[in-house]
Amino acid sequence: MPQADTQSFRTALIQEEDLSLLEEVSMKTAGVSHLEMCIQCGSCGGSCPPAEEMDHTPRMLFAMLRAGMRDAVLQSNTPWICVSCYHCVVRCPQNVHITDVMYTLKSMAIRAKKYRDATAPEFSETFVDMVEKYGRSFEFGLATRHYLKHAPLRLVGMSTLGLGMLTKGRMSLTPKRIKGMPQLKAILDKAKELELTS
Amino acid sequence: MSAESKSSKPKVGVYICHCGTNISHTVDVEQVREWAEKTLGAEGVVIARDYKFMCSSLGQELIEKDIKELGLERVVVAACSPHLHEMTFRGASKRSGLNPYLTELASIREQVSWVHTDKAVATEKAKAVVAGAVRRVIQNEPLEEIRVPIHPDTLVVGGGIAGIQAALEIANAGFKVYLVEREPSIGGHMAQFDKTFPTLDCAACILTPRMFEAGNHPNIELLTWSEVTHVAGYVGNFTVTIKKKPRYVNTDLCTGCGICVEKCPKKVVDDVYEAGLGYRKVVYTPFAQAVPKYPVIDAPNCTYFQKGTCKACEKFCPTNAIDFTQKEEYVTIQVGNIILATGYDLFDARRVSNYGYGRLANVFTSIEFERMSNAAGPTGGNIVLRDGKTQPKTVGIIHCVGSRDKNYNNYCSSICCMQSLKFAHLVRERTGATVYEFYIDMRTPMKAYDEFYQRVLEEGTLFVRGKVAQVTNAARNEREEGKLIIQVEDTLAGKQRRIPVDMVILSIGMEPRHDAKETSHLFGVGCSSDGWFIEKHPKLDPVSTMTEGVMIAGCATGPKDIPASVAQGAAAAARVLNKIMQKEVVLEPIKASINEAQCSGCRICNGLCPFNAILFHEDRMVSEINPALCQGCGTCVAACPAGAISGTGFSNEQILAQIDGLLMDVNLAV
Amino acid sequence: MNDYLFYPGCSMESSAKAYYDSLMEIAEPLGINLKEIEDWNCCGATEYVGINLIPAYSLIARNLALAAKMNNGTKTVVAPCSACYLNLAKADYYMAERPALGEKVNQALEAGGLHYVPGTLDIRHILDVIINDIGLDVLKSKVVKPLKGLRVAPYLGCMVPRPDYYHRWSDPEHPIELEEVLKAIGAEVVDFPRATACCGGHMTQIGPETAYELIRRLISSAEKYKADIMVTVCPMCQMNIDAYQAETNRHFGTHYHMPIVFFTQLIGLALGFPPEKLGFGTEITSTKEALARIGVEVPEAVEEGAPRRKKEEGLPMPPRLLKNVKGKPRNAEEAEQ
Repeated sequence: MPQADTQSFRTALIQEEDLSLLEEVSMKTAGVSHLEMCIQCGSCGGSCPPAEEMDHTPRMLFAMLRAGMRDAVLQSNTPWICVSCYHCVVRCPQNVHITDVMYTLKSMAIRAKKYRDATAPEFSETFVDMVEKYGRSFEFGLATRHYLKHAPLRLVGMSTLGLGMLTKGRMSLTPKRIKGMPQLKAILDKAKELELTS
Repeated sequence: MSAESKSSKPKVGVYICHCGTNISHTVDVEQVREWAEKTLGAEGVVIARDYKFMCSSLGQELIEKDIKELGLERVVVAACSPHLHEMTFRGASKRSGLNPYLTELASIREQVSWVHTDKAVATEKAKAVVAGAVRRVIQNEPLEEIRVPIHPDTLVVGGGIAGIQAALEIANAGFKVYLVEREPSIGGHMAQFDKTFPTLDCAACILTPRMFEAGNHPNIELLTWSEVTHVAGYVGNFTVTIKKKPRYVNTDLCTGCGICVEKCPKKVVDDVYEAGLGYRKVVYTPFAQAVPKYPVIDAPNCTYFQKGTCKACEKFCPTNAIDFTQKEEYVTIQVGNIILATGYDLFDARRVSNYGYGRLANVFTSIEFERMSNAAGPTGGNIVLRDGKTQPKTVGIIHCVGSRDKNYNNYCSSICCMQSLKFAHLVRERTGATVYEFYIDMRTPMKAYDEFYQRVLEEGTLFVRGKVAQVTNAARNEREEGKLIIQVEDTLAGKQRRIPVDMVILSIGMEPRHDAKETSHLFGVGCSSDGWFIEKHPKLDPVSTMTEGVMIAGCATGPKDIPASVAQGAAAAARVLNKIMQKEVVLEPIKASINEAQCSGCRICNGLCPFNAILFHEDRMVSEINPALCQGCGTCVAACPAGAISGTGFSNEQILAQIDGLLMDVNLAV
Repeated sequence: MNDYLFYPGCSMESSAKAYYDSLMEIAEPLGINLKEIEDWNCCGATEYVGINLIPAYSLIARNLALAAKMNNGTKTVVAPCSACYLNLAKADYYMAERPALGEKVNQALEAGGLHYVPGTLDIRHILDVIINDIGLDVLKSKVVKPLKGLRVAPYLGCMVPRPDYYHRWSDPEHPIELEEVLKAIGAEVVDFPRATACCGGHMTQIGPETAYELIRRLISSAEKYKADIMVTVCPMCQMNIDAYQAETNRHFGTHYHMPIVFFTQLIGLALGFPPEKLGFGTEITSTKEALARIGVEVPEAVEEGAPRRKKEEGLPMPPRLLKNVKGKPRNAEEAEQ
């Protein structure tokens, strides 16, 4: 777990400025993000259903992005709380692809190891491990591995639910596999070497 | 004195401008001058000069002196773009007795010194450009401006405040105006408002005197409940056909007593004047101070027209003025100028589904609120909820609905910030309710506008900077039950807020009239992709259009407040009066003309002309270009498959000569 | 019979088995022929994109490439799961909008001997297909057991109506599609304001408190508007609201009982199929009580619930806007269609 830099949360003066941050995030986002068009209206922050759990509203995060506050942005829990509901995207008057920017910030936070709480990133990583192994998601494997590591007590509380899902045929104890695993592996291996640079 | 030398090539004077150092920095002007005199001497150049600022009076005097003393017959000024100073140098020539169309400009600034850095290359190019201009100008013919008489009558389309202002200005100057208005009464949107910012003048109180003046003016003929259907002709000579929709009321007999309206048994929702918030009868005048006072019958909703019964209005009319047999009537008028002041429509707030207008009862639009606040409106001036009785205790006002938003309209509607402030003031004054105002920016630029903002701040309205995310009735807790909740990020505090209110007012944006494109085609004016009419120059000529004789004014060109609309109405009127006073309009002679002998009658050019300037003679099977309408764009010249059309001032000989000159260094084996 | 390429998605084979079963039952009578994409892989849900962009889109694009290769006489891919539907549509859209992305993804695909040209496929949702290809009239004509008396809250969720790059839905916040289908099968549709509010997505696994609050908002609203049952199109939504309702109740000390099923299950009932064949009984929050109401006469008037103004009282309301097309402004008459 990375050491949290709490400095940037408590001061009213920007300590570190990295003005290349906005362009970098924009470049790494799928599609055309329009991030530079943000007029800071707050539609996104106003729309966000889980805003009460976030360190910063999406709008605030983008203001910090523009100010080049790299560490503060990558340490913010905001992208991890994003539920991908796309309310912000349809309401944004400047067509900023906010949800996709959140995904970019997640991957940047993972690479720079700047996130403060590992639960969400590790859940995603576990999910991805399963998919890379079998070509399909494997809920049982995902749930056990995730809860064992992050919330073992919850596993106990959820045992009735788990049993219910199993008996009603809604969960499988064994993973499904696709036939074209070698093909998928070749594709993903190649993909991992590539980055968006333009 | 533009006699052409019969013996040899015409005498050409070449003038090379330094333009300070704009040109001379990159082009060796002295070298070009010397070269022009020496090398182009064989072509007819008798004098070549260079000067720091040709456009100055001293520079122009050089030309004038040479014309007089050397008997110059052609002039080439190598300087900036013709866009800037073509008129200047043509004027200098004219003053010295040389036909202005025998003067050409060669752009060696925009096309040479400003786009090259290599001095040698630039200088050579400048020489080529000058050579081109010299060879071309030799081919120029003297041209005379075309003069067209101006009919002194004017058509004003649209009876809103801009149209009324324009009509009054022209009428007061002693000239006749036809004022055409689509609705039964003039007044436009301003007649719907309660108070106007920033003075809080009652809209009707300041508007109705103007309306009466226009309605009673001896020089103004009102054609209300009418629409223009056809426009033909050109500046000074328009023939306009107007459709007068049937009122089913004989205006010669009607006294405006209003008994028919009273006795009419059927009510419908008035979605024009009352903005859907109130009702009107099927035979109606839109509002009490309507000008003219004659009612109209809304035929699609009338019991007599739909089922053949009722006729209460006819029964009770004391002067027998109701006439169900009335038909639409077409009148044709002749006018010299037209002013389009057709106004705006409002954004459909139902499109912003997250604000709940149309689904949540107590969400209102700005125009609904104006009607509500108006003492003559459907609630008698009481600010109430949709149930018609309950007074709100908390009100939220939202800016920028449908404006500044790529999901709807990109532009700012200019007046909503002031309008919202006005609403906040009115709500607090009338009800003492708590008022929240939600904005992204506060736009209060004009006279006394920011002071108004300060006043509203003082009065205690609560401002929240944030574009409202949603208005919902889905309560999350006790406090929110039964209320409308405004969910917004208070960006200055950096937190999401859920604010329960009783009533929400949406400041909806302005949009062009929904038939603006059709109107623009009808009158031959340009229309942007948004739908606003296009002015000739956005900065320096906001009331003219590219079509001579058609002016635009008011919100038809873009969102603006009442003072700006009035100013534009007056400005357009001034333009018209300017033309009328001149009695003639002078048109540039750069026109296309068709060589009848070569015309095959294929009519390809007819449809291509953007100015509808080409007529077709069925009897002779040839097309003809009306020089008054032709703007010299050259489209038909290029399109004619027989090459039968030539553009004066842009003949094939002239163009080819210019190309020759430009390519003087190129030796092509033919 | 309309032919479609079919992308089931991982949930259809496990947690959303009821969705799969009911869809298979109703497909034939409605004239929908679904051909499963050969050897499709997981779309990555909302997890892979947060890790690494190009692999995430390549993962999705493998499915697009495989579908494009199939020679079924159709280029329309139907994906019933919201996340799968959005992922497939986004990948196709972004690969076109950002050529650089398209290039990189195709480079990766080439390593597996595949290629995808964006725009080749038409990605649609099953609800869209039922309304626009099959038609509500056909659906109505096949109904043998209208669900009269059943009060249903239509819950469309987030990722189907938004971001709607291909302009398929009537509105991103309050769309009418699900409502129309429910009306066509005779159910009574409840005026449910949170029709497209978020269920919390994967927050039930990662940040349960966040999720419980979002779930609570939904089920309390459905209950307030007197719905017997909620209906949805998304496996994640169904799972969250169904399987985590007990935990939500525990967390807040509430006693909500709001069953939620897939809309295809209700269509199946209306078309006369027995409940067992449609996956009824696999819910964690029981539908017994709700189902018991079908066929039972329900009194006309509703005492409380949706705040409705009586006609002719107070000020008039504007007419309803049925199709909200973004872009050029439209006048009221046009919008009325």
